[in-house]
Amino acid sequence: MNFPILSSLILLPSVGALFILFVKSDPSNNYQSSKYVALFTSFANFLISIYLWYLFDNSISGFQFIEDKQWLKGFVNYKVGIDGISILFILLTTLITTLSIISINNSISSRLKEFLIAILVMESLMIGVFCSLDLVIFYLFFEGGLIPMFLIIGIWGGSRRVYSAFKFFLFTLLGSILMLAAIITIYWISDTTDVIALYELGIDWKYQNLLWLAFFSSFAVKTPMWPVHTWLPDAHVEAPTAGSVFLAAILLKLAGYGFIRFSLGLFPIASDFFTPLIYSLSLIAIVFISLVALMQDDMKKLIAYSSVAHMGFVTLGIFTLTQQGIEGSIIQMISHGLVSAALFLCVGVVYDRTHSRLISTYGGIVSIMPKYALVFMIFTLAAIGLPGTSGFIGEFLILLGAFQKNFMVAAIASSGVILAAAYMLWLYKRVIFGNLVNKDLLKIPDLNKSEIFILWSLAIPILFFGFYPEPLINTIEVSINDLIKMYDLNLISYIESGGDHLLND
Amino acid sequence: MIDNLNFIYPEIFISLSIMFLLLLGVFKKNSSNLIYNLSIVFLVFTLALIFNYPPQSNISLFNDSYKIDYFSSFMKILTLSSGIFVLLVSSKYLKIFKIFQIEYSILILCSILGMIVMISSNDLIVFYVGLELQSLALYVLASFNRDQIRSSEAGLKYFVLSALSSGLLLYGCSLIYGFSGSTNFIIISENINSTQFGLTFGIVFILVGLAFKISAVPFHMWAPDVYEGSPTSVTLFFAIVPKIAALTVFIRFLYVPFINAIDQWQLIIIFLSIASMVFGAVAAIGQKNLKRLIAYSSIGHMGYALAGLSTGTNEGIQSSIIYISIYLIMNLGLFSCLLMMKRNDKYYENIEDLSGFSKNHPLISLSLLIILFSLAGIPPVAGFFAKFYVFTAVIKESMYFLAIIGLLSTVISAFYYLRIIKIIYFDPEKEKYDTDYNIGLKISLSLSTLLILLYFIFPSRLVEIVSRINII
Repeated sequence: MNFPILSSLILLPSVGALFILFVKSDPSNNYQSSKYVALFTSFANFLISIYLWYLFDNSISGFQFIEDKQWLKGFVNYKVGIDGISILFILLTTLITTLSIISINNSISSRLKEFLIAILVMESLMIGVFCSLDLVIFYLFFEGGLIPMFLIIGIWGGSRRVYSAFKFFLFTLLGSILMLAAIITIYWISDTTDVIALYELGIDWKYQNLLWLAFFSSFAVKTPMWPVHTWLPDAHVEAPTAGSVFLAAILLKLAGYGFIRFSLGLFPIASDFFTPLIYSLSLIAIVFISLVALMQDDMKKLIAYSSVAHMGFVTLGIFTLTQQGIEGSIIQMISHGLVSAALFLCVGVVYDRTHSRLISTYGGIVSIMPKYALVFMIFTLAAIGLPGTSGFIGEFLILLGAFQKNFMVAAIASSGVILAAAYMLWLYKRVIFGNLVNKDLLKIPDLNKSEIFILWSLAIPILFFGFYPEPLINTIEVSINDLIKMYDLNLISYIESGGDHLLND
Repeated sequence: MIDNLNFIYPEIFISLSIMFLLLLGVFKKNSSNLIYNLSIVFLVFTLALIFNYPPQSNISLFNDSYKIDYFSSFMKILTLSSGIFVLLVSSKYLKIFKIFQIEYSILILCSILGMIVMISSNDLIVFYVGLELQSLALYVLASFNRDQIRSSEAGLKYFVLSALSSGLLLYGCSLIYGFSGSTNFIIISENINSTQFGLTFGIVFILVGLAFKISAVPFHMWAPDVYEGSPTSVTLFFAIVPKIAALTVFIRFLYVPFINAIDQWQLIIIFLSIASMVFGAVAAIGQKNLKRLIAYSSIGHMGYALAGLSTGTNEGIQSSIIYISIYLIMNLGLFSCLLMMKRNDKYYENIEDLSGFSKNHPLISLSLLIILFSLAGIPPVAGFFAKFYVFTAVIKESMYFLAIIGLLSTVISAFYYLRIIKIIYFDPEKEKYDTDYNIGLKISLSLSTLLILLYFIFPSRLVEIVSRINII
C-alpha cells in the first residue's frame, strides 16, 4: 500500500480544524463558512473510510494498510494498520462526526468556531486510537482525546458543567496513568511496544496479572464499568447534544476496543484468570444499573445509565471468548454507537425547543410531533434489542456466547433485556403518549429537514443491519477467529508449561 | 596554563563584557536601553562562542578542576538561551515599574557567568565560587523593585535562607575534603570509601544545599514567597535558569565522585523526589496567586527531574536533562502569558484575573491552554514526553513505587492546571487586557507554544542530542 490512507484519515480532520482556526469567519453570519469547512472535511473523511472498507480484504487474517515509520528513534515507531475489528469503529467514528456536525445548527450558539475545532481534533484522535498498532501511539491518541472532550463539556455544557468536566477528566486520567506505567513496563520486559510483535512474542505470564490490572483500570473507567461509572451520567447530562453523541457513540467504544485488542491479545492468561471479575462487574452493570435507569427523571441521565448497562453486555460478550460472544460485542458496540447517538439527538431535538430534559415536562408529544414520535420509537425499540434492529443481533450473539460458557451468568444477563425494555418503553410512554398537560408544548414544531435527515441516516443502518448483519459479520469474522485461536494457543502452551494456578475451565 | 585560557573564551568574554557594561553605565547617562540591548548581543555572542567548540571535545583545565565536555556545553547553551529570552521578555515590565536600570541586565549577566562556572566545575571550590557568584546576583535581582515591600522582603528572605544553605553546603565540602584529602571530583572518587561515615555526612550536607537551590521539598520554603515577591521577569529567571545549573551540579556531583556510593545517596534523592512531587501537587491546589502557583508547580516539576536522577543510570540522567529542557520551554511560555496580563499599566497576577480570558484573547488563551496541558503532562504535547522519558528510566530500574507515586501526583497536579483552564475558558469574561505586546514577548510565546505543540512530530531530535551525554 503506497498511499498512506490511514494517516490521511487521521490527519484530515486536524487539517480542517487548522483551516477553521485561521479562516476568517463572520459571527453575524453564524459562522457559516467554518461550518461548511467542518462539514466538508468530516464528510470527505466519511467517504474515505467507506472507500477503505471497500478496499479492505476481509478474507485475509492479520493487519492491513500497515504504515511503519520511525518516530522515537530506536524506541517507538509510528505504526498504524487495521483489521476487521478496527475498520468498523473507524466507519462509526466518521459517520457520527459528520452527523453531529450537521446537528449543531441550533444547539450551539456561542463560540461555534472553537466547538468545530474541538470536534474535528477529537475525530482525528479517535481514528488514531482505532488504527494504532503501537502501545505508546495508542496511549497518545487515547489520552489526547481527554483535552477536546474536557473543553466540549466545560465550555458548552449546562449548569453543572465544571463539576462534570473535572470529574470526567480526573477519573479517566487516573485510570489511564496506570496503563502508561504498564506500557513502559512492557517495553522493558519485551523490548518493544509494537502490538504485532508482542502478539507473536507473548508476555511472560508472571507479569500478566499486574499488567492486565493496570490496563483494566484504564479501560474500566472508560467503558465505564460499575463502580467507576459515575462520571458518565454527569458528563452526559451537562454536555451539549453533539458532545453527548460523541461521548456515547465513540468514546465509550475505546475501552471495548481496548479490551479486545490489548487485554485479550496481550494478556490471555490474565484475561482468563480475571474472567469471573469481569462477569460479575458486567452483571452488576446490566442488572443494577438498569434498575437505576428506571428511577431517572432526566432523559439524558436515563440514556446515560442505559449506556452503562449496554456496555455491561459488551464486556460480558468479550470475555466469553467465543466467536459469537466477541462478534456480538462488536456488533453491540456499533449498534449502541448508532442507537445512543440517535437517542441523544432525539433528546436534543426536544431540548432545543423547550430547554428541559425532565421527563415530566413532556407527555402527549405524539399529537404535536408525529414524525418525531416515529423515529423515536425506532430507536427505543433498537435500544431494547427488538428483532429487526441491530441491537437484537448484538445482544442475541452475546447471550449465545454466554450460554456456552456459563448458564447462570447468561440467565442473569438475559434479565437485563427485560429491564431494558421496561425503562425504555416507560420513557417512551411518558414522553410521547399520555395527556398533553404542558400547554407550552403546543407551540413546538415537528422535526425540520436537517433533523429528519440526521435521524433517518441513523435509523436506516440500524434497521438494515438488523435484518441483514452479514456485512458486519463478514468483516470481523476472520480477525476474531485469529484472536481466539491465538488466545487458545497461549492458554494451551501455558498449561503445558505447568501453569500453577487454576484456569477457568 | 596559558593554553588553558584558549578553552574558556566564553567565560572570559562574558566577564569582560560585564566590566565593559558597568563602566559604560557609569560614564554614559541614560544608557539603560543601550546596555539592555548590548547585553542581549553579548549573550548571543557568548552562545556563538560555545557553539564554536568541537562538540565531542572532553577537556579538563586547571589541574582537572574545570571541565568542558558535551554535557557542560549543552547545559551552557540552555542557560544562555534562556537568559536571552528572559531579557527579551522583561523590558516592558521593567519600564512600567520604572526599574529599567543598567544594573538589571548586568546582574543577569553576572549570575549567568556564575552558572556557567558552576556547570563546568569539576572541583568543590570552583563550584562554590560559581554558586556564590550567581546567588549574590540573584539576591539583588529578587529585591530589584526596591520600593515595593514585597520585593524587598523576597530579596531578604532569599538571602537569609540561601546563606544558611550555602553554609551547610560549605560544611559538607569541608567534611568531604577532610575525609578524602582533596576538593577535586576525580581525586575524591579515587579516594572514596563508602564505609567512611564522614563522607556520607558530607554528601548529605551538600545535597541539602543543592536541594535548596532547586527548591526541592523539604528545602522549598523560600520558593513561593520569593516567586511572588520578585518582579515577574525576575521570577521567570528564578524559575528556569538557576535550576539548569543546579541540576548540572547535582548530576556531576553525584555521578562523578560519588557514583560508587550510590547506595548512600539514592534513597535521599528518592525521598526528595517523592516529597517534591507530592507536595508540589497538593500545595498548589489552594493557591490564588499565579506566581505562587507556579512556584509550587515548579517544586513538583523538580521532583520529576530528580526522579530521573535517582536511577543511577545514563538513561536517568538523560531523562532529567530532557525534562528540564522541556520544563524551561513551558515556563517561558507561561511567564510570557503572565507578562501579557496588563491593563492600563497595571499587571495582574491572580488566577481570578484570567476569568474569561479566552473570549477577549483567543490566541493567547489557546497558547496558554497548550502550555497548561503540557505542564500537566497530557499527551500529545511536549510535557507528556518529558514525563514519559523520566518514567521510562525509572521503571527500567524497577523502581515501581517511585513511578506510581509520580504518576499519581501527575493526576493530582492535573487538577490545578485544569482549574486555571476552567477559569480561562469556562468563566464569564472580564475587561479586556492591553494588547501592546512588544516583539520579544510575542516571539517567546509563539516559539515556546509551537515547540510544545509540535514536539510530537519529531520527538527524537532532542533525544538524539541528549543521548550523547554519557556521564558514567
